[in-house]
Amino acid sequence: MEQHLRADHPVVAAAEGRTRLGRRLAPYGLIGPGGLWLFVFFVVPMFAMLMLSLETPIPTKGFVQGGYRFTFHFAEYAQAFTQYHVQFARSLLYAAVVTAVCLLVGYPAAYWIAFHAGERKTTYLFLLLLPFFVSFVIRSLAWQFLLADQGIVLHTLERLHVLPFGFHIMGTPWAVMAGIAYNSLAFMVLPLYVSIEKIDRQVVEAARDLYATGWQVFTRVIFPLSIPGIFAGFLLTFVPAVGDYVNAAILGGPSTTMIGNVIQFQFLQGQDYPMASALSFILMGILLIGILAYARVLGTRQIEEYV
Amino acid sequence: MSTEQVATTPEAARHPERLLTAERPPIRRPKIRWFVGSLNVYVKLLIVYLLVPVAIMIVYSFNKNPAAATATAPKVSFQWQGATLDWWRQWNAVPDLTTALWNSLIVAAISSVIATIFGTLIALALVRYRFRGSGALEMVMFLNIAAPEIVLGASLLSFLVVLNVARGLLTILVAHVMFNIAFVAVTVRARLAGFTRELEEAAQDLYADPWETFRRVTLPLIWPGILAGFLLAFALSIDDFVTTNFVAGQTITFPLWVYGAVKVGIPPQVFVMGTSIFTVGVIVAIANIVSARRRSPRHKRPSGTLARA
Repeated sequence: MEQHLRADHPVVAAAEGRTRLGRRLAPYGLIGPGGLWLFVFFVVPMFAMLMLSLETPIPTKGFVQGGYRFTFHFAEYAQAFTQYHVQFARSLLYAAVVTAVCLLVGYPAAYWIAFHAGERKTTYLFLLLLPFFVSFVIRSLAWQFLLADQGIVLHTLERLHVLPFGFHIMGTPWAVMAGIAYNSLAFMVLPLYVSIEKIDRQVVEAARDLYATGWQVFTRVIFPLSIPGIFAGFLLTFVPAVGDYVNAAILGGPSTTMIGNVIQFQFLQGQDYPMASALSFILMGILLIGILAYARVLGTRQIEEYV
Repeated sequence: MSTEQVATTPEAARHPERLLTAERPPIRRPKIRWFVGSLNVYVKLLIVYLLVPVAIMIVYSFNKNPAAATATAPKVSFQWQGATLDWWRQWNAVPDLTTALWNSLIVAAISSVIATIFGTLIALALVRYRFRGSGALEMVMFLNIAAPEIVLGASLLSFLVVLNVARGLLTILVAHVMFNIAFVAVTVRARLAGFTRELEEAAQDLYADPWETFRRVTLPLIWPGILAGFLLAFALSIDDFVTTNFVAGQTITFPLWVYGAVKVGIPPQVFVMGTSIFTVGVIVAIANIVSARRRSPRHKRPSGTLARA
């Protein structure tokens, strides 16, 4: 009522007119700096990479900076795929194993913290996140310490004759996957925790009142309701794992080279930019299909809620 | 589930209508309690496992090393050789490493401040206004968060190569702001979405101009969110390896230095610095949680159906 009276007043009406224009422009002023930054340094570089991947080196200049010509040359993609499909497959396999392990290991923990940790929820979540206060490279390094042939674990187990002498983990796929899984676990547990925590206890109680067994409560109530968290956890674990190369570099050997190692090498040492860009684009393409399918199903907000 | 357990399940479960007349058999609680108890142990073991590398870092920062006196950059050995505070006293004895640490701190400080300002503005725009292009912006932010870091780094490097820009501290700074904006925006938006416009409208009814409304009403309300976004950005920046590695050129940050030293040998100073960063981070995080708890009784939102509606 009052608003009607006020809006009739000429002064108020004039001011409203001004604010209406202001309101139209204000959001653009607010997103301006950040949006521009993201556009120039994230969106445009993607196109720059696409352009690079379609270039061919000028033979006389070789693989040095500037020695490229834009030729709209798709051959690099075909070559990238034939030459490095093993590394692509390996990266996807490692990431799949890591994601599955993280889900199996993380789910019970997320469930317990969400439903049974009571007032100490924050404390447990904090403890789960504690490793993130240690530099990522140092964490992988610590695993190198632990898993090395003369390291604490293997050396002790060999002395106790639990393991045969000469047994080693370093350089094997297991070491690489263990390293990635260690770094990814919290990214799986957190979204799972958020989704399980949201479940209405009354629904669980209702299932129990209807004599559902513990297993039935889980498979028919809790698990279906936590599926958004599983999706989010999958995305937060799988995508970084596919692109990971630090663990493979520190904990792996020549037989565990992942696609990230190839991209990094081609960009920084090999300086074969067209090949490296093509590889990055294939990687991005593979993951983008999954990411966009996910965004389609659950919306982009959902994942951001869990980040 | 064994068949025996299924057999003990009350008949009534399959015939709910009998519940109305028959006495309800007790629901089996003790089993659940046993299960929950073992899960509790499991979670604790998991936390121990997660903290093993942390413990290693802290312990090895105190490990005595006989080669220390002679070598310029003593390497950490796997064997425990007694405790010493030498490495803490000589924390800056490896000049390159010290420079790398300073680079990391400078980049983290500047980039997280810029990203916090830009990200907060984006969050304000997304929550407070409906405007054309917001969908595109959200998609770009989503992709920015979801894309693997190696692609972020590789594409930015491609861009720098195409433009023939020299790589260094400045390009690292640009990259860190780039990958932090979306994280800050999402964090602040989560906080902002919890508040209604009522307080801001009240301020405007009391003739506060938009700037005054923002400074004296909106900003204090979302301050915890901004702080959380800033801390997240700082943490992501100081620890970033993958993107930085692509755009650093000859400049070295702390994670880059450590990575480079892996093959050669790690001086204990790395663990001293790592432990220091860890300690500061933990203290700040705890302070943040405690202050949030202290604030919460006043800002407590109504619980139950009202909050959900």
